[in-house]
Amino acid sequence: MPLRLLKYALSRKHPAPRFFRDCTEPKKSYDAVIIGGGGHGLAAAYYLAKDHGITNVAVLEKGYIGGGNTGRNTTIVRSNYLTPEGVNFYDASVKIYEGLSEELDINLFYSTRGHFTLAHTESALRTMRWRAEVNKHVGVDSYVVGPDEISKACPQLDISCSGKAPIVGALYHGPGSIARHDAVAWGYARGADSMGVEIFQNTEVTGLDIQSGKIKGVHTSRGYIATNKVLSAVAGFTPRITNMAGVDTPIVIHPLQACVSEPMKPWLNTILVSGSLHVYVSQSSRGELVMGSSLDPYEVHSTRSSLDFVEGLTSHMLDMFPFLSNVKIVRQWAGMADMTPDFSPIMGTTPVEGFYLDAGWGTWGFKATPISGKTMAATMANDQAPELIKPFRLSRFEDYDLTGEKGAASVGH
Amino acid sequence: MSKRLPQRASEWLKRDKPISFYFEGQKYQAYEGDTISSALWAAGETVLGRSFKYHRPRGVLSLANHDVNVMLADGTDTNMRGDVLPVQDGMQLTVVNTDGGVKNDKKRFIDAISSILPVGFYYKAFHTPRSLFPFWENIIRKSAGLGVVNFNYPRELKRKLHTHCDLLIIGAGPTGLTAALMAAPHGVNIIVVDENAQAGGSLSYDLGGSDESAKRLADLLAELAKYPNVTLRTGAYAAGYYTDHLIPIVETTGITKVRAKAVIVASGAFEQPPVFRNNDLPGVMLATAAQRLLARYATKPCESAVVFAANKQGYRAAMDLLDAGVTVKAIVDLRAEGEPCSLVDAIKSRGVAIYNGACVYEVLPAANKFGVKGAVICSYDEASAKPLLHDRFTLACDGIIMSAGWAPAAALLYQAGTGMRYEKSAEQFVPAKLPAGMFAAGKVNGIFDLAQRLQDGARAASEALTYLGKQVPSVTVDREYIASPSHPYPMVEHPKGKNFVDFDEDISIKDFVHAAQEGFDNIELMKRFTTVGMGPSQGKHSNMNAIRILARIRQLPVERIGTTTARPFFHPTPIGHLAGRGLHPHRLTTLHGWHEAHDAEFTDVGVWKRPAWYRRAGLEKQQAIYEEALAVRKAAGMIDVGTLGKLEVRGPDAAEFLERFYTGSFKTQKIGRTRYALLLDEAGVMVDDGIACRIAEDYFYITASTTNAAAVYREMQRWLQIWQLDVGLVNVTGAYGGINLAGPAARGILSRLTLRPLDDASLPFGAVCDTEIAGVPARLIRVGFVSDLAFEMHVPAGSAQHVWNALLENGAAEGLRPFGTDTQRLLRLEMGNHLIGQDTDGLTQPFEAGSEGAIQFEKPFFIGQRSLQIIARKPLNKRLVPFTLSEGYQGETINECNLVIGADGNIKGRVTSIAFSPTVGRFIGFAYVDPANVAEGAAFNIRTDSGSLVMARVAATPFVQLQSEA
Ligand SMILES: Cc1cc2nc3c(=O)[nH]c(=O)nc-3n(C[C@H](O)[C@H](O)[C@H](O)COP(=O)(O)OP(=O)(O)OC[C@H]3O[C@@H](n4cnc5c(N)ncnc54)[C@H](O)[C@@H]3O)c2cc1C
Repeated sequence: MPLRLLKYALSRKHPAPRFFRDCTEPKKSYDAVIIGGGGHGLAAAYYLAKDHGITNVAVLEKGYIGGGNTGRNTTIVRSNYLTPEGVNFYDASVKIYEGLSEELDINLFYSTRGHFTLAHTESALRTMRWRAEVNKHVGVDSYVVGPDEISKACPQLDISCSGKAPIVGALYHGPGSIARHDAVAWGYARGADSMGVEIFQNTEVTGLDIQSGKIKGVHTSRGYIATNKVLSAVAGFTPRITNMAGVDTPIVIHPLQACVSEPMKPWLNTILVSGSLHVYVSQSSRGELVMGSSLDPYEVHSTRSSLDFVEGLTSHMLDMFPFLSNVKIVRQWAGMADMTPDFSPIMGTTPVEGFYLDAGWGTWGFKATPISGKTMAATMANDQAPELIKPFRLSRFEDYDLTGEKGAASVGH
Repeated sequence: MSKRLPQRASEWLKRDKPISFYFEGQKYQAYEGDTISSALWAAGETVLGRSFKYHRPRGVLSLANHDVNVMLADGTDTNMRGDVLPVQDGMQLTVVNTDGGVKNDKKRFIDAISSILPVGFYYKAFHTPRSLFPFWENIIRKSAGLGVVNFNYPRELKRKLHTHCDLLIIGAGPTGLTAALMAAPHGVNIIVVDENAQAGGSLSYDLGGSDESAKRLADLLAELAKYPNVTLRTGAYAAGYYTDHLIPIVETTGITKVRAKAVIVASGAFEQPPVFRNNDLPGVMLATAAQRLLARYATKPCESAVVFAANKQGYRAAMDLLDAGVTVKAIVDLRAEGEPCSLVDAIKSRGVAIYNGACVYEVLPAANKFGVKGAVICSYDEASAKPLLHDRFTLACDGIIMSAGWAPAAALLYQAGTGMRYEKSAEQFVPAKLPAGMFAAGKVNGIFDLAQRLQDGARAASEALTYLGKQVPSVTVDREYIASPSHPYPMVEHPKGKNFVDFDEDISIKDFVHAAQEGFDNIELMKRFTTVGMGPSQGKHSNMNAIRILARIRQLPVERIGTTTARPFFHPTPIGHLAGRGLHPHRLTTLHGWHEAHDAEFTDVGVWKRPAWYRRAGLEKQQAIYEEALAVRKAAGMIDVGTLGKLEVRGPDAAEFLERFYTGSFKTQKIGRTRYALLLDEAGVMVDDGIACRIAEDYFYITASTTNAAAVYREMQRWLQIWQLDVGLVNVTGAYGGINLAGPAARGILSRLTLRPLDDASLPFGAVCDTEIAGVPARLIRVGFVSDLAFEMHVPAGSAQHVWNALLENGAAEGLRPFGTDTQRLLRLEMGNHLIGQDTDGLTQPFEAGSEGAIQFEKPFFIGQRSLQIIARKPLNKRLVPFTLSEGYQGETINECNLVIGADGNIKGRVTSIAFSPTVGRFIGFAYVDPANVAEGAAFNIRTDSGSLVMARVAATPFVQLQSEA
């Protein structure tokens, strides 16, 4: 038993103080307003305060913090992307994550499990090889392995996938991790709050005040707030905010679903992703299998679950793990994924002065929470995006200068 | 000591079918019809499981599928729920998640140190120093989880059925059965489902000391049985609600997906435990659990009970206990006013003391906490929700029967999007606004009195019938409460805690208080921080109390707190059920049998199985492929291309359609000629290619790649709808077989099978004609993908084998051999043809791939044109070039996807194809390189797997000419 816990438990002081204040009365104006109290918005607030000393900041969350995709995601953190720009960016995030529990002093259960992207066909293996080559080039640990090595890491996996789609190899990525999603939001919230940032829950942004191409303030369910800097970090709600700003993006919203089994004793120690079978799975520290699939094929702004999703997913799970027939699915859910054409985010400045965009996080944004917070904070502080996120600028779609990550993000998230 | 009662009219036991089973190594007797829990309880066993976190002994709580602490394993299966699973002869059961057995669980020490494991403790420790986290995580993971998965559990795929009905009724309790009976005479097709082994719901156990309920149930069922249009399915739960009234019904045998026109949810309510110290000990149970034990399983819950009540249900249970010979020491009623109903007098007359405005302050545990020794009772101030200890006293007893309220079993209603409101008079959430076609009745609708429930069932039936277009009179229900069935705040604080709200997760009142103090004072945040409702029972017995506690902490009315979102599934549902039989469709050409018989090694291409190459005695794969390739170069080879997409585009606007769809020009295309057809998406990315054959002025026959055929056809249909052209589209992929015959001897072989002249003048490259081959009508196309002399024959799929055989026979002398897709890839590479998908990726545009030649920029429109116009103005980043390695290259193997590295050390591109060509005698391939460096002969560096650089040179294509020219 760690001493810390004993000290904490035996002290009369517990419960500990509030993670963050219960703010309900916004001031008339702030130096910066952040729309969206998901991981990204909260992280941006934290780094605005910590890295740039900008603490007169309000985070506005229409529901409760972490209640958007942050609290729905399956928490895979990795950096084995396909483009050098993507790999560099996500790698920077992984590096922050590795020390984040200590920095925020909250156990994020950041658990490095190793990540296998399974290939069932030669052409899939080719993409793995491509990713491995680029990763190696950038200095990220990933390489192609054969079926034997996969079996060694996960002896329970049926390499033949019940004879239907034999596994021919995989891309292995040692740093692949999972984490407790809520804790990431709470940790950033507490950190930001302790430096003076005010977090407003149940506070919805209903309009933007833009005059002569400059942001002047936001209209909210708690009244008008004046400010010269607004960050939109609302993931699946991005089109609503960008519509208010009159900013065009190619973002479309598709539901992404996931489900979880009842808890069982630990047996799956790696993260497995199969593009061909449209399934990925890890076992949480609580013992549940956390499972997901690729995006729903149609555009719809909804978080309803569908039966065919879970039917398809479980059938592929059984191909990989035939012994799971009587293990039960407890719960399924969905989030709204803000998809971009090239499976990369949209980050940085916009045509509206003082209006910054952190969006297009689709199915892959949890892993980027720390680095996007950090780089968006820098963008807001300097009114200019740092080098690291320039490849993700909004104008790339006009310039046909895409950062194509489809091959690395369509099921792998 | 046995608690089994003599046979009762209401029981579900088959007394003539005694069985025996083992639990934790000890043998027990039971009857068929028992659940595991009822059998053990009847045998006098009290410790049926251990709690998840503190490893406290647990017994029966609900007997209604949320006794999550009684999870068992039988050597094959795990996490089996004792409260509802029928016991079977010979079962060998152990309790999951114990260390040393259920009685001697070594982990029980955690209960004693629980104070140092406050709510959310794991967020506050174990992460510093970070190097130690993996160590702690390992311990945490091992103590979490429930059962151990059996890696040898057989793969079971359950059947799946689909059915439709006019009216689906969920719940065969008095409300649901009445609804069914009301609707039945109106000729609608009705399905009634109930998760219990037998129909009846509360009528099957809630007897209130008389047999009236049992009789009413028998009558209802007898009446209903007369209607052939009503199907009653028991042991069947509605697992979730999905759009448009799609409701999967789960039975042991499999899932039935019901699509209903209208749905009546009569799923009742879950009884909720009042919260007091040690309310989890074996022997403390919900009143409805006690009633289930008594009525269904003829088992006494205890010998001597204290009933802790805050509603009428407690009194009905007390009557049942008395009738079964259980001593009722007292009824402790939380309400100052007490119970208004007439049962009070009946109970008093049997000598039972009733204490109003009182609570069970704590339960005194028997030795090892294996049961109940007594109850400490004291006054209770309802307004402040405080126990008043001044008058406390102790009653000895071995059971506490508790009944303080309900939570609606409204999961499906929530999933369907029902707006709920808090009905103060019932202290319960009830439906406020139901979606079209959904109806709710009975307890789930906040109606508890039996007579009123029957009315409500009739009311729902009448509304559902009206919705279904029937003319029926409306029914009204008087929603009158003499007293609320639920207590607004059935919580008893205790300084030592262990007053549990969530039994799955061992969460007690103070955990909520602490969570709120730490800022998690929103119901969703509280759920996530405390994990209330996240266990396998999904909050069935805990969410409502959590909401009440939070409302009290925040001093808000319950409705302002709201509920957490209910998501499928209603009960955890097995993977094998959901998966169903698992259909993995794949397609075979009509030649598949022949390929199999001739040792083809198959590969998956899209949904098709295709021969990759043919095994040959004594030859390694690579050697076999070389031989197939050499046959094509030296004589002839043929490949089954029946998998190619084949699309007919017909109509006056056919040429216009293609002109817009593909990048080339088709209006000028002559009949009897083919043209290359390149498809882009709107961003200008290369998607697919094929050839367009003009068969008539208004008739094109298009091929698409095997993998993309379905997608291309789909895109065609989509665009056609947008453009509204006068064109018909037919996907004839499966209707025609296809054979590609290639090589210098191809013409000779084919000419013996057709009267059609095949010379260059009569059938030049790019020509297409309809003719006969081997007596079969065929479309013959002169192509050049794998060889400069090649013929593609498309024949009716049923005749492909005939033509294939005829070719084989005729070509035997020349050395004609079949070849597979691996060989095809080598051959096309030798020809210098790139492959979309292999040499391009999801972002490649024609300028990068060197496909500008296929684009008619001047056309008014084609898909992707606008993008290309912009891209054309930008500098290129990379360009696909053919290359060769130096002659006689012996170095490290170059693999596809090895990177092309520039002088500055940066990535310039990658190898997309590479192979050794036995014809050319060199390694040849395609790679993306710096566009400044694409002249023939230009050198560039490829980095191998091990990191060394190998020089390659841009080459001319086709590669095969290299040799002939040399
Ligand atoms: C099922 C699923 C699985 C996923 N799996 C992974 C994974 O394994 N790995 C990974 O890296 N990523 C994954 N993702 C993606 C990831 O969850 C998201 O990209 C990421 O969480 C986005 O974080 P965010 O803070 O930008 O958005 P969110 O967490 O969605 O936060 C946005 C917030 O904005 C609020 N908001 C919206 N509109 C307004 C308004 N007008 N006013 C005020 N507030 C507003 C919302 O209420 C919300 O709380 C997954 C997503 C889903 C749905």
